[in-house]
Amino acid sequence: MTVETVQNPGLAPIAEQKLAIADCDIHPSPKSVEREVYPYLDKRWRDHYETYGMLLRQPFQNGPAYPKGQPDAARRDAFLPDGSKPGTDLDFMRKQHLDPYNVQLGVLNPLRSGQGLQNPDFAAAYCKAINDWQIAEWTSQEPRLKGSVCIPYEDAALSVKEIERRAGDKNFVQTFMLIRTSEPMGNRRYWPIYEASAEAGLPIAVHAFGFGGSPVTGGGWPSFYTEDMVGHSQSAQNLVTSMLLEGVFERFPKLKLVVIEAGFAWAPPLAWRLDRIWKQNRAELPHVTRPPSETMREHVWYTTQPFEEPDRRGHLKDVFEWIGWDRLLFATDYPHWDFDDPARVPLPKADEATKRAFFYDNARQLYGV
Amino acid sequence: MAKHVVAQAADVPPGERISVEVNGQPVAIFNLGGEFFGLLDRCPHMGGNLSEGVLVGLVEAQKPGCYEFSRKGEIVRCPWHGWEFDIRTGESRFDPNRWKTRAVDVEVETAEDLKAETIDVAQEGDYIVVEM
Repeated sequence: MTVETVQNPGLAPIAEQKLAIADCDIHPSPKSVEREVYPYLDKRWRDHYETYGMLLRQPFQNGPAYPKGQPDAARRDAFLPDGSKPGTDLDFMRKQHLDPYNVQLGVLNPLRSGQGLQNPDFAAAYCKAINDWQIAEWTSQEPRLKGSVCIPYEDAALSVKEIERRAGDKNFVQTFMLIRTSEPMGNRRYWPIYEASAEAGLPIAVHAFGFGGSPVTGGGWPSFYTEDMVGHSQSAQNLVTSMLLEGVFERFPKLKLVVIEAGFAWAPPLAWRLDRIWKQNRAELPHVTRPPSETMREHVWYTTQPFEEPDRRGHLKDVFEWIGWDRLLFATDYPHWDFDDPARVPLPKADEATKRAFFYDNARQLYGV
Repeated sequence: MAKHVVAQAADVPPGERISVEVNGQPVAIFNLGGEFFGLLDRCPHMGGNLSEGVLVGLVEAQKPGCYEFSRKGEIVRCPWHGWEFDIRTGESRFDPNRWKTRAVDVEVETAEDLKAETIDVAQEGDYIVVEM
């Protein structure tokens, strides 16, 4: 057999780098709810789980509202050798992900954590169990991994209890929510969550998806998965706008917001538009005391996966500068199918210190680890 | 460029694929109805192993609502981000001129045609023994 060499066009990988990586979006799952989550769930809620299941506040109750790009939304090579679902085995995660990519800090964002369940008490019990499970199966066994405090965010009082339970616990670095809450996220019903998180020094991290009952777009339920995927940036713009204009950051000046897996290139034009309209309507929003772009620049961080991939990398350089390199956090979304490889993302040209900050130091600083 | 024997043709039946390493490079070899094709086993996007992708056909629509399906099993879909490549050419589905994965020549040759160094293999009782 002969091997012919044809140069691949397109993006050249950035220089082989051995930089330490902070991966701000890793998704672990229980291999078995019965074996791994039941120990932290009261008998009353185990029976509930078996009798009624986990019903979310959305249509399409028997599964996700849209198909996924790959089975279980995962890289096909991330299924375990025994066929188990991706993200269910620490040792496999170490070998496939943490070690080869030099991930020194991995932030766990469990997705089927009880958030968005219709039954508020079940949501609270399941979230608490998932938080216990993160410690038992992951963070206590692997110092590179940190957990997220999952809360039943539609019930602020129950959420505050869970945040207070985990406050000061070094296993956790943030409070975790999903974007599409049942009211826009700046609504005052959620403020006790923000107050408790700010008090505990936990940033509010908001991941794409959510089960508040609203469609992913402002114009109703679209037909295709691709629309679901691009819709996350619309949802994220709604959440950031709502939090800015309701005055959440004026009220809780220590609060930090991390937007996960919803893109980032939309942020600068949103800020420009907000500033313009804010100037024109000062009397409507007297509680918003300064241009929204300034508050955004100070309080909002964005994880970069899935990277926007313009044909010219230079376009992203502008975006990075407009947002601020110090507000962008690298993430892979492992083990999901739209995974970003740190050596292959179209990172704009930058000096070594800036790259190091992007891949590692920004996250360490934000999370204080 | 040299020839490398990587497998027995009979071990890769139609519809199957294998991944091998040649000169330190991963190569995915596909059998499409008895014909063999090779692609660099690394997606030009982010490096997923194409040999682990599913084989799909070509779905086209001349207009919305009218679908045509052809070339069953001749397109490989990357196991990561789903980029599709024509196994016969290595060209990507969405931008064949700009994005392609390296095509690798694959031939089936009989043992007599090969001028490779031979390694004696003998079976002794129940054991295969390599002598070199």
